Formats: sequence, C-alpha cells, structure tokens
Amino acid sequence: MTATAKPSAPAAEAPIPGKTTKSRSLWQEAFQRLVRNRAAMTGGIIILLLFLTAIFADVIAPFSFEKQSLLNANAVPTWITRLFPSLQPYAVINEEYPIGADKLGRDLFSRIIYGTRVSLAVAFIGPIISLIIGVIYGSISGFFGGRVDNIMMRVVDVLYAFPGLLFIILLMAFFRTTLAQPEEGTFAYYVGQLDAKFGGLLFIMIGIGLTGWETQARLTRGQVLSVREKEYIEAARAIGATNSQIMFKHILPNILGPLIVLETLAIPGYIYTEAFLSFIGLGVNPPTPSWGSMIADGSRALRAYPNQALFPAIALAMTMFAFNFLGDGLRDALEPRLRGTQE
Amino acid sequence: MINYIIRRLLYMVVVLFVVSGITFILMHSVPGGPFDKEKKLPPEIQANKEKYYHLDDPLPVQFFTYLSRVTLPRITTTAPTLQTDDDYLITIKVGDAWFRWMNFGPSYASRNRTVNDIFREQLPVSFQLGVMALGIAVVIGMPLGIMSALNHNRWPDYLGMGVAIFGISVPTIVLGPLLVWIFGVLLQWLPPTGWGAKPPFVLGLFPSNLTWEYFKYAVLPAFVLGFGSSAVIARLTRASMLQVIREDYIRTARSKGLHERAVVMGHALKNGLIPVVTVLGPLFAALVTGTFVTELVFGIPGLGKYFVTSISNRDYPVIMGTILLYAVFLVMSNLLVDIVYAFLDPRIRYN
Repeated sequence: MTATAKPSAPAAEAPIPGKTTKSRSLWQEAFQRLVRNRAAMTGGIIILLLFLTAIFADVIAPFSFEKQSLLNANAVPTWITRLFPSLQPYAVINEEYPIGADKLGRDLFSRIIYGTRVSLAVAFIGPIISLIIGVIYGSISGFFGGRVDNIMMRVVDVLYAFPGLLFIILLMAFFRTTLAQPEEGTFAYYVGQLDAKFGGLLFIMIGIGLTGWETQARLTRGQVLSVREKEYIEAARAIGATNSQIMFKHILPNILGPLIVLETLAIPGYIYTEAFLSFIGLGVNPPTPSWGSMIADGSRALRAYPNQALFPAIALAMTMFAFNFLGDGLRDALEPRLRGTQE
Repeated sequence: MINYIIRRLLYMVVVLFVVSGITFILMHSVPGGPFDKEKKLPPEIQANKEKYYHLDDPLPVQFFTYLSRVTLPRITTTAPTLQTDDDYLITIKVGDAWFRWMNFGPSYASRNRTVNDIFREQLPVSFQLGVMALGIAVVIGMPLGIMSALNHNRWPDYLGMGVAIFGISVPTIVLGPLLVWIFGVLLQWLPPTGWGAKPPFVLGLFPSNLTWEYFKYAVLPAFVLGFGSSAVIARLTRASMLQVIREDYIRTARSKGLHERAVVMGHALKNGLIPVVTVLGPLFAALVTGTFVTELVFGIPGLGKYFVTSISNRDYPVIMGTILLYAVFLVMSNLLVDIVYAFLDPRIRYN
C-alpha cells in the first residue's frame, strides 16, 4: 500500500474519447491504474532518471571514478563547510568537487554517478536470474504435482532454513577464491575473467539470484496449482495442446501479474544485498564504485568528514524508495482486489 | 498435535543435516586452509597442525566426526579438561560421572578459544540486541498499523504507511551511520560504538547491569535494527485489521451499540493480531541473525564479526557452528509459530 496514493480511484472510469468502444485488456487497465498512482509514477520517473544516469555516466560525471589526486584528499567545497561547520578548521577547500572528494582525492559526485551502474545492474539482472530459476522450478513442481512436487518443495524448505545473508557471504567467498585465478583455458578462468570485466558484479548477481529464487518458486507453484484445474486448461488439453504449449501459452500469462509484483518488491532487497556485501568488503572490486563500499569508507571518516557517507547513503535510500513506491503501485495496479488488504 | 510436533522435529533434524552438509561441502571447496598464511609455515609444522586438528582425515570422516561430536551426548567419569577439543556446551555432573553434550570444536584462529566460548560470550550480545530490536519493532509497528487501519484512507493512514515505507527503504547501513553521526558525534548524547555488558551473563544470555550504563549503548543499534522490522509489522497489522473490521461480527458488535473502543479492543484486535503474532517468530530469527549488519555498523562485539572473519580465515568449526546455530534459530522459530498458530486459531488443525 502506498503512502501517498490517491485514495479514491473513481469506480467507473471516465470514458476516453475515441476509445470508448474498444474494450481494454487487463494489462492496459492495469497500466492505466499505475499511471494514475502518483507515488508509483514518481518512483518510476526516478528509476528512469537513474537509468539514464547509469547509461550516460561517462558524460555526466565531471571526473573519472578512479583517478586519484592525493593533494585533494578529503577536499570539500565551501558550501559543505557551511553545512558542517565542524569541518572549517581543517578541511582542504577545493571548489572543483561538487560534494567533496574521498580520502584518495577521488570525486565523490562522480563515484556516486558511476555507482548507479552497479545498483541498477543488480536491480535489473538479479530479478531476472531469480525469476528464471524460480519460475522454472516452481512451474515444474506445480505442473506435475504429486511426488515430484513434494520432493521439490521439501528442497525449497531446506534452502529456507539457510540464513540468507550468511549463505550469500559464504557463496561470495567461494566464487571469489575458486574462480579468481584458476588456470588459463578452463571454464572457471573465463567466468573469472568475465567477472573481473564487470568489476566483480557478475558473482554478486549470481549469488543474489541463487539465494533469492525460493519465494518466487513457491509463489509460482501455488499459482500454477490454482490455475491448472481451470476449465480453459482442460479445454486446451482437449484440443490436443502439449504440456509446454499449455505451460507457456495458457498458464504463464495468467500467473505473470503476482510474479512481477513479487519481483519488483524484492528489488530493494537485492540492491541492499549488493550494498551490504560491498559494505563488508565482499562486493565489487575496488576501484569500481559501489554505494555500499562508499558508505563503508565514509562511515570510517564519519567524525571528520560526514559528507563522505551522507551522499552515497542518500543515493542508496532514494533508489530503494523509488523501487518500493513503484512496486507498491504495481501491486495495486495488477492486483486491484488486494488493494489495501495485503501487507 | 503431539504427532505433528514429533513429525516436525524429525523433519527439522533432516533439514539441519542437509544444511550442515551443504555448508561443509561449500566451505571445503573454497581453496586454501586455516593455516595457509602469507608467510608460509614450514611444511612439517603445517602438517603437524593439520594433524592436530584432524584436518588430514578424509572429508567424509571429518564431517561425521563433527556431527557426532555435536549431536551425541557423552558420559564420562573423568573430569573435563581445559583442552580446546574437550569443551562441551552442556556439562552436568551426576554423581561421579559427567553428562556432556554439544562440542562444537576449537576455533582454529585462536589457540585457546573454542566455538563454544564464542557462543558463550558473543551470542548473548547478539541475542540481547535481537530481543530489544523485536521489542522496538512491536512497540512502533503494531500501534502504527492499528492507527492506519482504523483511519483507512485518511491522513493517519498515510502517515503510518509513510513511516512504514521509510522503514523499509532506509537500510541499516544508511540509518546506522546517520544516527551515529547525529547522536554520537554531533550531539554526543549516546556512545557511537560499543556494548554495555560483558560476560558472564545471567542465565548465559542476559546482562547483569540493567542500568542506563547498559542501555545507552543499546538504544541506537536496537532502534536501527527494530525500525526496519517495525515497518513490516505495521503493514501486516494494518492489512489484517482492515480485513477483520469488515467482518460481520464487527458489524454485529457495532450494531448492538458497543462503544467503538470496545469493538476495537474486544473484537477486532483479537483476530486481527493473529497473523502478526505468527510473524514474530521468523522475525525474531531474522533479527537475531540480522543483527550482524548492525553489529558491524556499531562495532558491537556480537556473533556477526566472528562469522565474517571466520570465512576469510577458513575457520571451519566457527563457520559450521554459526550457520548451524542460525539455522536452528530459524527452524525452531518456524515450528514455534505453527504451534502458537494452532492455539490462537482453533480452526487450524494439523492432521
């Protein structure tokens, strides 16, 4: 439930000129409901802006994210010293940096801009991985039912008993060391190289995908189970549709709504997991900037230079806000029956 | 009911076995060992150290030795020694014999500490933090949710849900440093890091000094940890209350002229809070396991730090011990919830 959503959507919508005769599909209706939700739209616009920022980071950022300038270590512009008067006695003033530089003299603003790439990559690719694993797993389990279902769901139960964050830390340690420097020519070597190209992001996304699919699988299974017995599936079977046709053409489109909602609401969690991993030093490889590692560096200098932690923290919180707003709006739009009745 | 509980307990044993198996395989497939240092040890010493900790045994042997040491109780007639591989979590003297149970093994990173030592000294800190955070989550979350539900689609509702979305969107690593900076550095009201209680703990878990000296360290971390969960509780409470106040029996209660407060307190809350109570179990497990982010931010000497360092140190017994401990927490709290659920809602039968 969004906090600032418009309270009363008119029960009967005002007819749209020229379109009154055409009946709209469920998806179109959902889209219209989403557009009318101001909080969700704000979230969506912020995400769009972040997306553009990530793509055009090279153009927007005034400095490189890795170029060090030790003379300007911890430098701040004047307005920061006005904001935090305690800095005045000792801070190096340099107006070139919009919000200051970190302890190696790298521009904080540019690093935050480039950090958008990491967070957004996790926000979009993490869900895809967990969606693919979860939907395939859950639909096999729900579709075949019986003993297969029973065994597959027990496996999910066991995975649920793993403390998530600890498991992902263990996985990261495993990936980092096993695939970091294997012999040239092996599969592991190429995966490691690919990860190095992404600045360490690949393993994070795999780790997040591997630990995040269980809820998705459970939901898919439940949905498939409930849809499976419907008449239209029986009808499809009667005219000789194959299993995969039924699965992809008839079942999946009908259960997509809740899956999308669940995944969107899970995105802030993924973003946070990456930030947290980088915070404890198991995330992206330096010097690739991640908001999590910037907050970690900044917290160490919290007393002397609060600006170094504050701005990446704002960026992280704002992004999570945007995804939460959009996710809530999507839920209200795709599952209007649940509006106001679900957590 | 008894059958159900027994079945669940058996199932729990299977789950824990699988969890320990996966953890064991995963942690041994990470290259490197506990005694590989930057400066290489002479091979004889390395071999001796590995032999001392039985790391030269085949892996399956190591695994089942570990499991049997943890799970099988031992009854000995000799007094317990101070050896690091002879430290049992539970030691009871019965006449001339000692009943001893749960040996989680030595910590490779230290010459004189065992995993049980870490459990005795660090787990209580995480536990206290988790309990306080749960308290804060309930105290903030429930009233917020009830307020929102009773004022559905009016400003208190928006306020409540605004706070909730704030709680979900502002993670510990953001809120933590921010509050440390405001209250610890700028205003200097509260200490920015540390913890106010030291072992020994009362009953092995609780601090002995329940004074401001203790709580001043706990206020910030417990709030940061609890605030995020309070959002979950608030949303759940609101949703469930909204459903309940539309029920017929609430209309009946209103129509027989009951005071609004009596309707809410006597009728709506009773059923509306059932789903909330059931979520407290997993939430508590999540809080106790999740404390470790907060511990890092606030420099609290809890279990979290040990887990992170144990992985980079390849300190196998500590990794196994912490993961198993957290898994037990999770599984137990889920079981507890299911049992409580059956008591709260007589319509639910497990057969």
